[in-house]
Amino acid sequence: MIGVAFRRLLSAIPVLLIVSLISFGLMRLIPGDPAAAIAGVSATPAQIEQLRRDLGLDEPIYLQLIDYYRGLAQGDLGRSLLLGTGVFAATMERLPVTIGLSLYAMVFTLLIGIASGIIAALRQNTWIDQAAMMFAMIGISVPNFFLGLLMIILFAVHLGWLPSGGYVPFSDDPVGWLRSLAMPAFSLALLQAGLLARITRSSMLEVLRQDYIRTARAKGLSQRKVVLKHALSNALIPIVTVVGIIVSLLLSGAVVTEALFSIPGMGQLLTQAVLNRDYPMVQGGLLLVTTFLVMVNITVDVLYAVLDPRVRYE
Amino acid sequence: MTLLDVRGLTTAFMTGRGEVNAIEDVSFSLKEGEILGIVGESGSGKSVTALTIMDLLPKPPARIAAGDVHFNGQRLTGLNDRAMQAIRGPGISMIFQEPMTSLNPVFSIGDQIMETIAAHERLSKSDLRKRAIDMLDKVGIPSASRRLDDYPHQMSGGQRQRVMIAMALACNPKLLIADEPTTALDVTIQAQILDLLMDLRDEYGMAIMIITHNMGVIAETADRVLVMYAGRVIEEAPVATIFDHPMHPYTRGLLECVPSLTEDRPRLVAIPGTLPEPARRPPGCRFSPRCTYAVASCSAAIPPLEALETAHTAACFRARELA
Repeated sequence: MIGVAFRRLLSAIPVLLIVSLISFGLMRLIPGDPAAAIAGVSATPAQIEQLRRDLGLDEPIYLQLIDYYRGLAQGDLGRSLLLGTGVFAATMERLPVTIGLSLYAMVFTLLIGIASGIIAALRQNTWIDQAAMMFAMIGISVPNFFLGLLMIILFAVHLGWLPSGGYVPFSDDPVGWLRSLAMPAFSLALLQAGLLARITRSSMLEVLRQDYIRTARAKGLSQRKVVLKHALSNALIPIVTVVGIIVSLLLSGAVVTEALFSIPGMGQLLTQAVLNRDYPMVQGGLLLVTTFLVMVNITVDVLYAVLDPRVRYE
Repeated sequence: MTLLDVRGLTTAFMTGRGEVNAIEDVSFSLKEGEILGIVGESGSGKSVTALTIMDLLPKPPARIAAGDVHFNGQRLTGLNDRAMQAIRGPGISMIFQEPMTSLNPVFSIGDQIMETIAAHERLSKSDLRKRAIDMLDKVGIPSASRRLDDYPHQMSGGQRQRVMIAMALACNPKLLIADEPTTALDVTIQAQILDLLMDLRDEYGMAIMIITHNMGVIAETADRVLVMYAGRVIEEAPVATIFDHPMHPYTRGLLECVPSLTEDRPRLVAIPGTLPEPARRPPGCRFSPRCTYAVASCSAAIPPLEALETAHTAACFRARELA
């Protein structure tokens, strides 16, 4: 198992290199000038040129790239052109907010998705199955910003149960955090939950047909044990693979959700950075988000080995 | 004493073409310690009979349309899930045809044996482990204590079937149903598994219901034989009687299909035609379209199972005259 984790860690290095190269290249391919953005509309061309020189943007691109990698090798992601603070510090202020929101949404996703998938599979072709799958379809079809808007109208405006937006840090007030992120997390989760419900259902149906399920029942095990131990442990193997993908979907979905609920997360930070051509911020921020995703996927691979002994012993 | 008594058992399946009976009016009984062989072609209803007794068929589409099963004096048909779970394991247990897929791939074999015992008895973890090792020892798995933590994929088919047997016997059942236990195994392993079953029968004194399409397996193991065709029992007799003078033309056909080393037989005889699908069974005797002795009356009514001599019954209108 440690071997699996180690091998995956090594293979993460080229992934991060490629991502850093793409983010570097993409930012320079899109039109726009960070110096002009920072200097403002009233700046003279001479001032902008001066600023460009100060920021090192007049150098050839390959020199900028070498500089960038030299910094990375020393663990320095550079300074944000817009905020003036270090990219790492700025990201560390925002990334936890987004990860917190994504994990919160993940809990909703897993609870709703797996539970409804199992129930639908156990009651295959009954009205319960059809109702569960219909809700899953609605979850998949309704855009999460639209769902978010509807939720704000109902729960914040009409009922006044939850705040319509804003963010309370977990360290300040855990209950406030739970309340402030309840609607964002739920609206973010529903699409993924619908997806997961359908995958869980088909995976469970496949497993429930297997011979070893019949064996488990022939041994006199209770229905609970047959379903939750013997069936689910096998059905989870394909589900876990999807969970890695779901985390990345949640992170990208968070950009829109953060804008809608005015949550100061990575989405806001990166949108600002892209609009202002804040090269170091975009490059560093993307690299850190990618690092997080790579770690999630390594965890998924290790989990895979935990769940399936056939993988473990290969 | 009668251990298992099956009376008029009819199991129906809902299909696209309406409800069809997979088995019909199946009756037989089994004494303590006895080995009953159930023989027939694939699709004759052997497995459905076993799975109905164990209540392991998915309902729906399956349904017990008629009949009763009594085990150890208790009526099984109509028992609720919980009561049936208590029967499976210490009462009746079962092993299956496919050892490669019958064990759960993600749990160690020790875990799977121990949970069987734990489902029916209150034992400490170390006692469970001891019992599981003991069982693996009994079924001939070498260095059992070391292999307890192995996973199914680390074992061969023969070893997995041994594990299945260990699991089935872990709660000391009164009846073991073995559904084609050797069909998927190599010939040499087949003999070993059958020997093992016979030894364990002698040691534990349980009754065995062995389901097979292989007359050789029947000859080696069974005390009494039940022949099934197209969902119905067509002949029943002690094993020596069946091999000596079968009464039903189908049973004769089955025996003629067995190659012999000693007898001088010009060529193997195959029964013409194929087993009819449940939804397309012919009227009257279901074997009549394939039977060389069939007369007009054979397709008019289903012949009843009649006692022709002591402990020998057959369902054929012409059994007596052909004998």
